[in-house]
Amino acid sequence: MAYSDKVLDHYENPRNVGALDKNDDHVGTGMVGAPACGDVMKLQIRVNDDGIIEDAKFKTYGCGSAIASSSLVTEWLKGKNLDQAMTIKNSDIAEELALPPVKIHCSVLAEDAIKAAIADLKQKQAA
Amino acid sequence: MSKTPIYLDYSATTPVDKRVAEAMIPYLTEKFGNPASRSHSFGWEADDAVENAREQVAALVNADSKEIVWTSGATESNNLAIKGAANFYAASKGKHIITVMTEHKAVIDPVRELERQGFEATFLEPEPNGLVDIAKFKAALRPDTVLASVMLVNNEIGVIQDIEAIGNLCRANGTIFHVDAAQATGKVEINLEKLPVDLMSFSAHKTYGPKGIGALYVRRKPRVRLEAQMHGGGHERGFRSGTLPTHQIVGMGEAFRIAKDEMALENARIRRLRDKLLAGLSEIEEVYVNGDLKQRVPHNLNISFNYVEGESLIMAVKDIAVSSGSACTSASLEPSYVLRALGRSDELAHSSIRFSIGRYTTEEDVDYTIDLLKTKIEKLRELSPLWEMFQEGIDISKVEWAAH
Amino acid sequence: MDAVYFDHNASSPLDERVLAAMMPYLASGNASSRHSFGRKAREAVDTARQQVAESLGAHPTQLVFTSGGTESDNLGLLGIGANLKPSQILVSAVEHPAVMRTAEAMRRQGWALRKVGVGAEGLVRIDDFFAALEVPTGLVSVMMANNETGVVQDIATMAELAKQRKAVFHTDAVQGLGKMPINFAELNRHGVGALSVSAHKIGGPQGAGALVFDKKLDLRAIQFGGGQEKGLRGGSENVAAIVGFGAACSILKVQQSAQHTHQLREVLEQGITELGGVIFGASAKRLSNTSFFAFPDVDGETLVVALDRAGFAVASGSACSSDSTDPSPVLLAMGVMPELAQGAVRVSLNHSNTMQEVQDFLKALNHALKKMQQLAAIAA
Ligand SMILES: Cc1ncc(COP(=O)(O)O)c(C=O)c1O
Ligand SMILES: Cc1ncc(COP(=O)(O)O)c(C=O)c1O
Repeated sequence: MAYSDKVLDHYENPRNVGALDKNDDHVGTGMVGAPACGDVMKLQIRVNDDGIIEDAKFKTYGCGSAIASSSLVTEWLKGKNLDQAMTIKNSDIAEELALPPVKIHCSVLAEDAIKAAIADLKQKQAA
Repeated sequence: MSKTPIYLDYSATTPVDKRVAEAMIPYLTEKFGNPASRSHSFGWEADDAVENAREQVAALVNADSKEIVWTSGATESNNLAIKGAANFYAASKGKHIITVMTEHKAVIDPVRELERQGFEATFLEPEPNGLVDIAKFKAALRPDTVLASVMLVNNEIGVIQDIEAIGNLCRANGTIFHVDAAQATGKVEINLEKLPVDLMSFSAHKTYGPKGIGALYVRRKPRVRLEAQMHGGGHERGFRSGTLPTHQIVGMGEAFRIAKDEMALENARIRRLRDKLLAGLSEIEEVYVNGDLKQRVPHNLNISFNYVEGESLIMAVKDIAVSSGSACTSASLEPSYVLRALGRSDELAHSSIRFSIGRYTTEEDVDYTIDLLKTKIEKLRELSPLWEMFQEGIDISKVEWAAH
Repeated sequence: MDAVYFDHNASSPLDERVLAAMMPYLASGNASSRHSFGRKAREAVDTARQQVAESLGAHPTQLVFTSGGTESDNLGLLGIGANLKPSQILVSAVEHPAVMRTAEAMRRQGWALRKVGVGAEGLVRIDDFFAALEVPTGLVSVMMANNETGVVQDIATMAELAKQRKAVFHTDAVQGLGKMPINFAELNRHGVGALSVSAHKIGGPQGAGALVFDKKLDLRAIQFGGGQEKGLRGGSENVAAIVGFGAACSILKVQQSAQHTHQLREVLEQGITELGGVIFGASAKRLSNTSFFAFPDVDGETLVVALDRAGFAVASGSACSSDSTDPSPVLLAMGVMPELAQGAVRVSLNHSNTMQEVQDFLKALNHALKKMQQLAAIAA
């Protein structure tokens, strides 16, 4: 399978790998996918008091495209507020990385991870 | 340092040995005749070469050269053996076939085709070590079992089946026994004078010969009959029509001659390399060898690296040419059906690598491979949320994952 | 003296450029493997697919690579037949065994085989062909050019007739490739659904061939396992041979070599006629490289052996019907008397043959015939 240069770049030099303290009230954690399906993404965001995403980290078990998709969204998320973050679409990710059709699900998963992280954050902050 | 990419995929195909290529070239140039041409020396010369190669192939497996039928490869040999014997004997014996879940697609697919034509097939599940339990095989035999097909050496995990025991059961049951030996030539001794095998498939390109040529052994005593699958000029005593590709046949003959002469020494050397590779990779945490380690060819090492995903693993190790599962299925993203049949989880099946070592593998290649895997597995695990959970002591099998 | 090779319809020597193209791939990876070794092989196969398709006026996706002409014919008939309800299969009486034996084998699956006869010149009798189509017919196979006589059939007309009857039309073009222009797209418009070719008849290697087919057809594999060729032909690709096939197609000079061999054959056949020989199919449209002839009361085998001793490689009957000493079924179908058919000799030329060789051949032929007549006179 031929990967695009952008996928290769993110795969070779993934941005923002790591973990944030999931018990922190300013941190939202989204974990999507399943090992049996071949990909699991964990995406974390930390917002400041103005509701701006200051930091994003990820860990991904999955193919190069899955790793690249999650690495890319951590870059995109930083500096956005939650509403803006919600507008990131899987098609934007797929287009940016030139994902082939069989890899579109990786971008879908990344979008799901964003939503899951935001939902987690909102739930915490509502509590 | 070794020249990259390092080729460790000898089970997918082997390079042609220089001596083989040299033997072939004259039959591509001045000795180009059609061996079926009976009217001139170009034809006779080609025919002599074909018969000489037939002797060489027969010699490696201790058969009579009259028992060797040329085909275009092991896939065709398997198709001819399975469809040819099942159809020939169905009327007298019955329409039940036994094979194993871990066979190559070139056995599974023809059997599936026969199912569509009204045959009934039993796909035996192997033991977790990849070997067929003889008692279970015996239990699967029925009075109407016309054919059984069990491979000698598995292409993914390298395990060696007990062909003799299975063959004896088939004999006693009046069942034709076919063995796919594409991965076995030059790796294990094959003595067809002794083995209770009726049909055996070979391929040249797994044993340093050219692609596009193979053979089927068809036992003469007691005589085994087949319905031809390729019709035409009546070549190969009617078993398989089609112009014989002389240069490829000469190549297969030479490749099998070399295998016979050099097998013992070569296997000892390859075993040392494999054991070194195994020892090196075993230093990594959470690795699992797939398939029995003892009843296995020395050329193969199939290992799963837990908590890393298969495709990203293949990308990470692109400086070595290896397979995740069989070459023939790697265009799809399915986890290896062979490993699944052994009861491996999808995750472990996904994260498996088949290293297959061969004639030109060096000690430096193995050292390089060990270092590469140690580094890359560490990097991928740093990226892996599953590894993180494992280290936190979470039992991943107990987690409820949202299916997607 | 180097032997002169006049048996190109049996197998044609590999062109040097073809060998050069093949050499790097004699040691290539498995085309299905994902790593770089495998990718190179994959690309080479794709290039060859384009080259072969182009020389046939076909689209690369219409090609299935096989192990040769025989397998292509088997795939064409069995693979198309598999998804049709068995009815009548119609073939000409002069088909190569690769078609004839396959059609015969299809009887076991419930097909009724009908062979349409040819006239004295070897051409299918169109009236009979048309009449035979009265019976519901699923599949038709008529060869483009005959391997023994070189007679070229009117494929377009027959395909049109078959199309009217909704029968799938296959043609064995193994001998046509390289010797006459072939355009699959055009033939397809006339109703040809599939066409078989083989590499070793055009200066490519033995062991590669192709079936070209209309993708509207529901073609089914006959060899299973591995999923290669989009599932239509299981088995590791014979990369080197396929590359050789592509290279051989890319350097074909059909028009030029047809003109050249035509000139040689004119001289050859004039000489043969002067020596009292009978030329089969002489007034039909023929491949310009092929001459099939006999001398009354002269045994073909003996003549061929004498010619071989004199350094000329020719054929008696066809190489493909190995070991058979029966008179050629093609000639019998043309109504040639068995005694005469028994003596048939085939000369098949290509672009590399020269006028000098033809003249030398005629001398050797004259000599051999005289000697045989003397021996016959002594025996009498
Ligand atoms: C066990 C086994 N059987 C059959 C085959 C098919 O052989 P071939 O590539 O010669 O058709 C292979 C290799 O792909 C194999 O490993
Ligand atoms: C007309 C025709 N069809 C089919 C074949 C078979 O082709 P191959 O020799 O490639 O199997 C031949 C040659 O032998 C032929 O002349």
